[in-house]
Amino acid sequence: MYSVNYHRAKSVSEAAKLAGEGDAKYLSGGMTLIPAMKTRLAAPSDLIDLTHIDGLSGITVSGKSVTIAAATTHFDVSKSDALRAVCPAMTDLASHIGDPHVRHRGTIGGSVANNDPAADYPAALVAMDATVVTDRREIAAADFFTGLFETALEDGEMITAVKFTAPEQAGYEKFRNPASRYAMVGVFVAKSGGGVKVAVTGAGDSGVFRSSEIESALSNSFSPSALDGVTVPSDSLMGDMHASPEYRANLVVVMAKRAVAKAVA
Amino acid sequence: MGIEGIGARVARKEDKRFITGGGRYTDDMVVPGMKHAVFVRSPHAHADIKGIDVAAAKAMPGVIAALTGKELKADGVGNLICGWMIHSKDGTPMKMGAWSPLAVDRVRYVGDAVVIVIADTKAQARDAAEAVEVTYEELKAVTDVVSALKSDAPQLHPEADGNLIFDWEIGDSKATDEALAKAAHITKMHIINNRLVPNAMEPRATLGHYDKAEDHYTCWTTSQNPHVARLVMSAFYNIAPENKLRVIAPDVGGGFGSKIFIYPEEVVCLWASKKSGVPVKWVADRTESFLTDAHGRDHVSEVQMAFDKDNHIIGLKVDTIANLGAYMSLFSSSVPTYLYATLLSGQYNIPAIHANVRTVYTNTAPVDAYRGAGRPEATYLVERTMETAARELGVSPADLRRQNFVTQFPHQTPVIMAYDAGDYAASLDAAMKASDYAGFEERRAAAKKNGKLRGIGMSNYIEACGIAPSAAVGSLGAGVGLWESAEVRVNAVGTIEVLTGSHSHGQGHETTFAQLVNQRFGVPIDSVSIVHGDTDKVQMGMGTYGSRSGAVGMSAIVKALDKVESKAKKIAAHLMEADEGDIVIENGELKVAGTDKTVPWFQLALAAYTAHNLPAGMEPGLKETAFYDPSNFTFPAGCYICEVEIDPGTGVTEIIQFVAADDFGNIINPMIVEGQVHGGIAQGIGQAMLEGAYYDAESGQLITASYMDYTMPRADDLPSFQVSTSNTPCPGNPLGIKGCGEAGAIGSPPAVINAITDAIGNNDLLMPATPQRVWAAINAAKH
Repeated sequence: MYSVNYHRAKSVSEAAKLAGEGDAKYLSGGMTLIPAMKTRLAAPSDLIDLTHIDGLSGITVSGKSVTIAAATTHFDVSKSDALRAVCPAMTDLASHIGDPHVRHRGTIGGSVANNDPAADYPAALVAMDATVVTDRREIAAADFFTGLFETALEDGEMITAVKFTAPEQAGYEKFRNPASRYAMVGVFVAKSGGGVKVAVTGAGDSGVFRSSEIESALSNSFSPSALDGVTVPSDSLMGDMHASPEYRANLVVVMAKRAVAKAVA
Repeated sequence: MGIEGIGARVARKEDKRFITGGGRYTDDMVVPGMKHAVFVRSPHAHADIKGIDVAAAKAMPGVIAALTGKELKADGVGNLICGWMIHSKDGTPMKMGAWSPLAVDRVRYVGDAVVIVIADTKAQARDAAEAVEVTYEELKAVTDVVSALKSDAPQLHPEADGNLIFDWEIGDSKATDEALAKAAHITKMHIINNRLVPNAMEPRATLGHYDKAEDHYTCWTTSQNPHVARLVMSAFYNIAPENKLRVIAPDVGGGFGSKIFIYPEEVVCLWASKKSGVPVKWVADRTESFLTDAHGRDHVSEVQMAFDKDNHIIGLKVDTIANLGAYMSLFSSSVPTYLYATLLSGQYNIPAIHANVRTVYTNTAPVDAYRGAGRPEATYLVERTMETAARELGVSPADLRRQNFVTQFPHQTPVIMAYDAGDYAASLDAAMKASDYAGFEERRAAAKKNGKLRGIGMSNYIEACGIAPSAAVGSLGAGVGLWESAEVRVNAVGTIEVLTGSHSHGQGHETTFAQLVNQRFGVPIDSVSIVHGDTDKVQMGMGTYGSRSGAVGMSAIVKALDKVESKAKKIAAHLMEADEGDIVIENGELKVAGTDKTVPWFQLALAAYTAHNLPAGMEPGLKETAFYDPSNFTFPAGCYICEVEIDPGTGVTEIIQFVAADDFGNIINPMIVEGQVHGGIAQGIGQAMLEGAYYDAESGQLITASYMDYTMPRADDLPSFQVSTSNTPCPGNPLGIKGCGEAGAIGSPPAVINAITDAIGNNDLLMPATPQRVWAAINAAKH
């Protein structure tokens, strides 16, 4: 790690102000940024710690409306009774991110802002039509995730919360990379008044995407058997030593089936 | 058996310091004035060095020195060598290319050391290392053995035409060809043994300290054999004569073979300490470990196993190409030859065997011994072939093995080894019973109803341990003898220090060696200290590898204990006015048999040192040394059975049960032996299902250079193992020990792959059998 200036912001406005100086980066849980700095792949001049800002942590559930503040840890998301009551798929997803250390440090805002193509939250946000709230505006999840590690965030723009309406039924299932244990394919299925939405993480060559083949099959019948014989194309899926595009395409369907089974259980 | 003697499940003495953070590793060592080193390493797999500019680096804050290979050569530091000479079948010696500890003109793998930068802090050294400018002219790289032997392949070393290091053979080619010609059935296989990264928990580290006043060097290092390190650095690398070089290997956090070898860093840090005038410490980070620790395995083989009409094996022909990486590491040549091809007879009567082995240079990290070293490669080849043959012949895999087992001992194989003792059917029976092999088809049918594929596979391994008779290995090309030494020092109050050339880096010697002393003299193990890992304390030793510490290291201790006992009995006889032959040692006392006359052990020791009343002419003191040179290898063997269940939708394999039935000879501490077996099986399952080191074929970059891509086995990848032993004592050493350190890693991979291929009905499956590969193989079998 190169030397770096550490700032602990007290407020969103202070953090935003600090972000204008040098080559500063926001620091939330640091689960990606700190390892990248330790291996010298990232070298910000300043780190602005967001995890001590009042009001930037916590979960609010009102009816079906859910707001999760950006610096809420994966552990807190996984353990929220109020959230589980309306959207158990989300608490379940959070309970399987990384390991206990990661879940106690990593935050939803940090994960969403980083948009690692193998992260879990992007699938949930896209499938549930969530809104990413920043210090400047609100961005629909469908517009937020723009590519591998790329988002609609502008320079210095800070995520403050994620909000969504809990779907009627939802489920998430992932297949882990054997080495890193990140999602090699993760599928979030959500059924609501607006229909069925299915988002896939870990597999797309430009990040999270919706699978129209699976959505249309599940729109007819929201059941695992509705996916029997369904295939998805592999041509825009990632291929690496752990999984070819064809294998990932297969896993998308298998994980979708299992996610639906969870959703309807 | 006493509560602390041979056979007792004594808790490990050393664990208290390890699990409370009290271990003292090389990185914990601090000497006054010590500075920190970072190596500038090649980012290219193959390139000519056109220039090195260290001026900017030297001007950085805290920097003391930035030294190059040219300076190292100018000071006469020698090239790194391989210490085991192999001759090709045409009689020519192996073609060893030059390996300068710091590359001078050319780099040959990603991670090749080029410059050492020394600074007040490691961070400063790292910053300065980035400021070193090395101008490279990139060359084409080759990373796999088949490509390396092609006529248009990039050439690594001028000494080795066509990248071929040696083309060696063993066995009887003519007899084997005749067997193949008259065979009723031949099973043919193409076997790839995947490349592995050792991944010791403690990364390699070294601290080199040159003391100008004494003109003396001290090297702290992560070594499994500090005396060998000193010998090699003195005799070949011109660091200093042995009396001017002390090597200390303190607590070492695992080695698995990778810490046998002398690496560039030890040599360079010692030299740099004199050159720069400061003690120099280097500690690898994890990526450096991936890039530069000697890797393991990486064989490609063609196999033909011939059977007569009654399913007796009549011949085995093997053609192997082994990857030795960019340079020949210290014992690299012995691994795919005498540690591999000599085990190709397995547990079987095979009248004719011939193996041809070619070793090649590639632009990859050096490859050398890794847990099992050659024997896992032999076992995987033989045991996959046996299982495949059984399927082709339509007979039970167990029956085919049983009918071909060696049952008469000693047994001379056609490939050097003379098996001394064993009962292979006993292990097979034990494993089949423990795994309910007979009930498997019912379980397979039940799994099928749940949409799962079940399979079962076995592996009947044999290995050669207790390495090794010095004259025998000398005749085969070894540059060293493989005896061991011991010194037993009884203190004046009866406590005992045992100095041993074996090195403990996870094996539990501080406990098991003390158990041996307890067994002999009744001294509590807390009163016995095991001293090792320091060339100034221990006279000489060959270190720990090849499951040799019990069979060879403890045998040396037995010899020293024998001498101590003999002298103690003389003194006791003198003190009690009895005949020496009537003295017995029981419960910590020396007694005159059949009387109530006794001398407690501590009193006897005191008498030896006060020397007021010793037999006439006897020297005072009670301290003896011994060297032990084994008469033969030892031959641990066993049967492993693996049962798997596979999800055809994802290719995920779950190990339902894993049974190990081993024959380790006599056992000192069953708990420690079980721990060794557990760890070995974990590594074997790792090789079979999880681990694989991959280089990009074009760029020569190591793709699996971190745990993000290299799959280390984790607890949830593994089942609870069912381990047992049915032991036949080894006749070749005084304790009847065969050794247990490598068996798990040797025996388990073929059992796993035989089980998976049985489940999916497709024998075309590579290790590691990842979910993707298993899924693909299932689908390929459908078409």
